[in-house]
Amino acid sequence: MTWFTIIIAGIITYCMRMTMVALVDRDLLGERVKAVLAYVPSAVFPAIIFPGIFINDYGTFIEMNDPKIFGAIVAILVGYFSRNVIATIISGLFSYWIIIFLL
Amino acid sequence: MLSKKQIFSKGILAVAPHMFSVIPFGIVCGAIGIELGFSPVLVYAMSIIIFGGASQIVFLQLLSGGASALIAVTSVGVINSRHLLYGAVLSEYLEKLSFIKKLLISYLVVDQGFAESNKFFQKNRNETHLHYHLLGSGGTLWVCWQISTLAGIILGSFVPEELGLKFAVPLTFIAIVVQDIKKLDHVIVMITCGLSSLLFFDAPFKSYIIISPIIALFVAALVLRLKK
Repeated sequence: MTWFTIIIAGIITYCMRMTMVALVDRDLLGERVKAVLAYVPSAVFPAIIFPGIFINDYGTFIEMNDPKIFGAIVAILVGYFSRNVIATIISGLFSYWIIIFLL
Repeated sequence: MLSKKQIFSKGILAVAPHMFSVIPFGIVCGAIGIELGFSPVLVYAMSIIIFGGASQIVFLQLLSGGASALIAVTSVGVINSRHLLYGAVLSEYLEKLSFIKKLLISYLVVDQGFAESNKFFQKNRNETHLHYHLLGSGGTLWVCWQISTLAGIILGSFVPEELGLKFAVPLTFIAIVVQDIKKLDHVIVMITCGLSSLLFFDAPFKSYIIISPIIALFVAALVLRLKK
C-alpha cells in the first residue's frame, strides 16, 4: 500500500514538472504573464527561506533571539558582498553552530 | 557559440556549490525516514520516484503519524506544485526540443537546478544547446541526492540532530536570491512571499508553499503596472 502511494505521489510530482514544459504551448501565455514570470525565483524561494528560519520543527514561531536568525543575517551579508554560494551556506551554518555550541 | 560539453560543464559548476546544502539535507532526509520506522528500500526508492527533498520528509511524517494515503499524496502534490511555475519559466528556453526530450528533461527539474540554469538562460538566450545546462545542473543534483539520501539511510541515527542540518536549506536559497535584494521590485515580491508563507503556514496540505508565491506574483503584476 505504501509503495502504491509513493508511486502515485511520484507520478503527480512528475506531472507538475512536465506539464508546463511539454504540454502547454508557451504562445498561450500573454506578454504580461511572461513579464510576471520573471519574478518567479523571488516569488517562490522566500516561501522556503522564511519558514526554514522562523518556524521550528514543531510548527511554532521561534524566539527573536534564536541562533537561526543570526545565522541567516550573517549568510545574507556574506552572500551579498561575496556573491559566493559556498561562502553563504558555510558562513550561515558556522555562525549558527558557534551560537548553539559555544555560547 | 558554446559546445554542448561546455554548456553541460557550466551547468554542473553552477549547481555544485549548492551541494554544501543538498548533501546534508539529503542525509537528514534518509535518516528521518529510517527513524520513522520505514524500510530502507522504501525510503531510498522515494529519492528516485519522487525526487523532491522536503516533500519526501513530509510524506513519511504524515504516513507515520497515521494520516491517510490520500492526505499524504495530496500534500506531496501541493508542495511540488511550484514546479508548474518553474516549468512555465523554463518552457521559453526548451521550446525547440522534441516532445520526448521535453518529457525526459522534466524529470530533472528541481529548485536549485531551475534557479541556476534560469540565471544562465537569461544571460545566454542565443545559445543553441541551452538545455545541456539543465542536464548538467539537474543531473548533478540527482546524483548527489541519491548518494546523500542513501548515506543518511545507512548512517541513520548516527546523524546528530543537534547540528540542525536542515538549516542548510534556507541558506542555499538565500544564496540564490540574495543578489536581487538590490532591486526594490524584487524585494517587495520577496517580502510579500516570505510574510505570506508565515501567515499561511498552518493552511492545510502545506499549501503555504504555493499560496504565497501566487500572492507574490500578483504583487509582482501590480508592481509591473506601477513601473510603467
